Amino acid sequence: MSIEHLGLKEINGSLVVLDNVSGASFEEMVQIRLETGEKRTGRIIEIQGSRVVVQVFEGPSSLSLKNTRTRFSGNPMRLPLSLEMLGRTFNGAGEPIDGCGSIYPQKYADINGRPINPVSRVYPRNYIRTGISSIDAMTTLIRGQKLPIFSSSGLCHNKLAAQIVRQAQITESENSNFAIVFAAMGVINDVAEYFRKQFEQSGALERTIMFMNLSGDPVIERIITPRCALTAAEYLAYEHGMHILVILTDMTSYAEALRELSSSRNEIPGRKGYPGYLYSDLASLYERAGIIKGSSGSVTQIPILTMPGGDMTHPIPDLTGYITEGQIVLDPDLDRKGLYPPVAVLPSLSRLMKDGIGEGFTRKDHATVANQLFASCAKVVDARALATVIGEEELSSSDKKYIEFGRYFEKYFLSQQEDEERQTEDTLNLSWDLLSLLPREDLDRIDDDMLDEYYDPKKTEKFNKGVLKNKDR
Amino acid sequence: MCAIHSINGPVIKIKGKTDLSMLELVYVGKKKLAGEVIAIDDQYTTIQIYESATGLSPGEPVSGTGAPLTATLGPGILSNIYDGIQRPLLDMAKTGGAFIESGASASGSAFPLDLIKKYEVKLTCKQGDILTGGDVYAECPETPLIVHRCMLKPGSSGEIIWTAQDGKYAADDVVAKIKDTNGRISELTLCQKWPIRSPRPVKKRMPPKRPLITGQRVIDTLFPIAKGGTAAVPGGFGTGKTMIQHQIAKWCDADIIIYIGCGERGNEMTQVLEEFFKLKDPRTGSALTDRTVLIANTSNMPVAAREASIYTGVTLAEYYRDMGYHAAIMADSTSRWAEALREISGRLEEMPAEEGFPAYLPSRLAEFYERAGYAVNLNGTEGSVTLIGAVSPQGADFSEPVTQNTKRFVRCFWALDKNLAYSRHYPAINWITSYSDYLEDLSEYYEQNAGEDFLSLRSQIMSILSEEASLMEIVKLIGADVLPDDQKLIIEIAKMIRTGFLQQNAFKKGEAFVVIEKQRQMMADILERYKQAKVHLSEGKPLSEFIKNNESAP
Repeated sequence: MSIEHLGLKEINGSLVVLDNVSGASFEEMVQIRLETGEKRTGRIIEIQGSRVVVQVFEGPSSLSLKNTRTRFSGNPMRLPLSLEMLGRTFNGAGEPIDGCGSIYPQKYADINGRPINPVSRVYPRNYIRTGISSIDAMTTLIRGQKLPIFSSSGLCHNKLAAQIVRQAQITESENSNFAIVFAAMGVINDVAEYFRKQFEQSGALERTIMFMNLSGDPVIERIITPRCALTAAEYLAYEHGMHILVILTDMTSYAEALRELSSSRNEIPGRKGYPGYLYSDLASLYERAGIIKGSSGSVTQIPILTMPGGDMTHPIPDLTGYITEGQIVLDPDLDRKGLYPPVAVLPSLSRLMKDGIGEGFTRKDHATVANQLFASCAKVVDARALATVIGEEELSSSDKKYIEFGRYFEKYFLSQQEDEERQTEDTLNLSWDLLSLLPREDLDRIDDDMLDEYYDPKKTEKFNKGVLKNKDR
Repeated sequence: MCAIHSINGPVIKIKGKTDLSMLELVYVGKKKLAGEVIAIDDQYTTIQIYESATGLSPGEPVSGTGAPLTATLGPGILSNIYDGIQRPLLDMAKTGGAFIESGASASGSAFPLDLIKKYEVKLTCKQGDILTGGDVYAECPETPLIVHRCMLKPGSSGEIIWTAQDGKYAADDVVAKIKDTNGRISELTLCQKWPIRSPRPVKKRMPPKRPLITGQRVIDTLFPIAKGGTAAVPGGFGTGKTMIQHQIAKWCDADIIIYIGCGERGNEMTQVLEEFFKLKDPRTGSALTDRTVLIANTSNMPVAAREASIYTGVTLAEYYRDMGYHAAIMADSTSRWAEALREISGRLEEMPAEEGFPAYLPSRLAEFYERAGYAVNLNGTEGSVTLIGAVSPQGADFSEPVTQNTKRFVRCFWALDKNLAYSRHYPAINWITSYSDYLEDLSEYYEQNAGEDFLSLRSQIMSILSEEASLMEIVKLIGADVLPDDQKLIIEIAKMIRTGFLQQNAFKKGEAFVVIEKQRQMMADILERYKQAKVHLSEGKPLSEFIKNNESAP
């Protein structure tokens, strides 16, 4: 049974109100047919008796109160799913836009997903080698983790994300089971094209599902784009045992779409006009990363967000940081120095790394080395702050050591070519070489037996002589 | 029977007068979603539901249960893991799979306790005994660590007219019958129900006198918390709130640990589950899960249940307190709970106070923290509920409403510092901005158990640290080199305190937990070194020489 309703009662932004409706259910999908015959989709977001509020994904333009026909589907939004989706491109609402026709669905799934029972989760432990020193050594990415990139406008977060995708290796044997789900929310066409080209060049395109909601596309559609992407990811991971890397960009546009919707619903705003439920809403996306018992697959998320005004206390990065398991922060100052990737190591963090590194995963000294690098880098910051006041010449010899350490750290450790893939072993050795620049007694986070094994000031000579060529950097 | 009129997220309204009462537990819709009545007027009855509203339609039935939302209390709570409204997640995973389905039908029986397991029950009353609320009528070993005492529900009383034989019984088996003064006979099983929003009564509240020993130096020595005390752990993301909560949950000397994961990460709960199962209690050698209950309402689980999870946790803790145990609650994080309040308040279109939070936020926080305390129970035993709440301030700004209001009601404040966390100094408790109000209450205990000079050592350490903090202001401007030797010495000693004493590696054997006597010894050693150095300086010798001579020392 499906009744068509003729006419609307009210149009307010992207929300339309219908009256005298019976049998509608909460979050049910609605098809709206305009006078011109154009079809749009919407979702019921509030019901008051026979009055129903529908959010129209494609926006309100040329909707009229008269002659608009609405049909209720009886179901919440469901995404058709199939293995054929690999290699295809969809719009933000999950409809194919690559001209290859619709897919033949194996099953349908509610795009809102369902919360994973915490007792059914498997604690993530296997690390993903990205080949990028700053990430591998200090903010190790773990399979099943959600690790966002906090960036600002104009930084090279896309380049970094593309490099991670290209180089992300789990273990050789499982590579064939690896796929990428890419969701673009409000990004410009150039960015989307960049990613497509990157996937194409690395030969990953046929293992990639793309959901595109570009900046010109309907804003409200953006709210369902990541949900479609994650539903597809969950399907591949939990039903086909694949390892899925989900890239969500740009979460800032997503949150802004949510704010737009919230304000058109006359909701009481929280901080900076964002709705009070922004935390729960973001969590309903990010928490869909993970590994569950009884399935060999995993969903790993790398959301990208541009911090408005580079402000990490802005609600979007702030709430994201509270939900995700760490963050990779990009620093505009390093970028200005021409460093790539401009990872600010101190505020960056990977919460899951402590259980996914060390003996049996990477190397036994990994955890202590990472710890010491953080402690030493914090001292570099102090020394530099002092140097700006009294000048580098006036610094004590130990502070000078730190300035030198900081310089080489940026030059040889942080900076890396876009196509350069470092083995974790090499990264750790490089860390030791750098740490050996510092006096042994300053390395207070490392045990003596480990220092005996690895600490060697002789190794630092290559930095001073500048014998390192581009290739070995 | 009533019918749904309007639906707005987790807020459901019924039109017209109903005979539902405030805070009554109701089942909504065909799927029987659990909900609670939160407002009634002559036109509408408002209900918040604890599950996702997707698929609900107006006209679907709403049925009342006649009772408020309750927790089921009885043997089998320990080592279990529940969601915010005490549904057993393990059982739900067994019957419903890895994802949580909504509706009572989906969660199966969903009785919070295992009804199959039989406990070795010993009746402690006999026919003819007159019992009042709180009196114990049966005992059984719940886990190797904890003897479960079944108590008469507070508020009831009567004469025992029948008891079962000692033996093996399940949680819902009748073990005794009681006749009250009106002649009504009721059956007593091993379990009882208690409304989660009402505190369980006690005979008398006592001042806190014993510390909750956590084995964390910065807490036990500098900012101790008492058994029955309250503490807040505020900190931005990545400062280690969860790490501290985990550490305390693992090592503190409470008998019962209630860990509430309130709106936090799913993987974290999994980690707690895995770790606690493996780890042994340092005092008793039995598994940590034997004394632990987990309440997991992760951030993507329904928001109304998140609001309830805090109360469920406190009710469980109070129940064990009544048996004479010391219970400690880790609530991670109370900010998420406050946000759940805000979210529901927004849906009710209430007038917001600060930052969109409802005006009743402070009173709700106060009510919650007030349920902590050291008490003489109705049955004469002594027990306590200690509350440690993490606070996640927005933008790491401690002036936001949740942090500020929490500060008013807790007596211990462990402020986490971003810069300490950045340099991986854990636990990142800032020693300048943190405080503990319990020091005076606990001074007697410390003097008797940790050495008479403990408090004086502590205050010396604190004064060095605060002196260092003011010196660092100067060092930031002109460098450490220009300071005179005695001030340099302060900085050196403070460095020693920071790295050798305050910093504590949670993953290193022997470091994760340090007994209080050893903490005193470490302080004494550091201060001894300070004294030697001062003597050295007074002889006119340079500080660098002293440092060089002592390099080999630990």
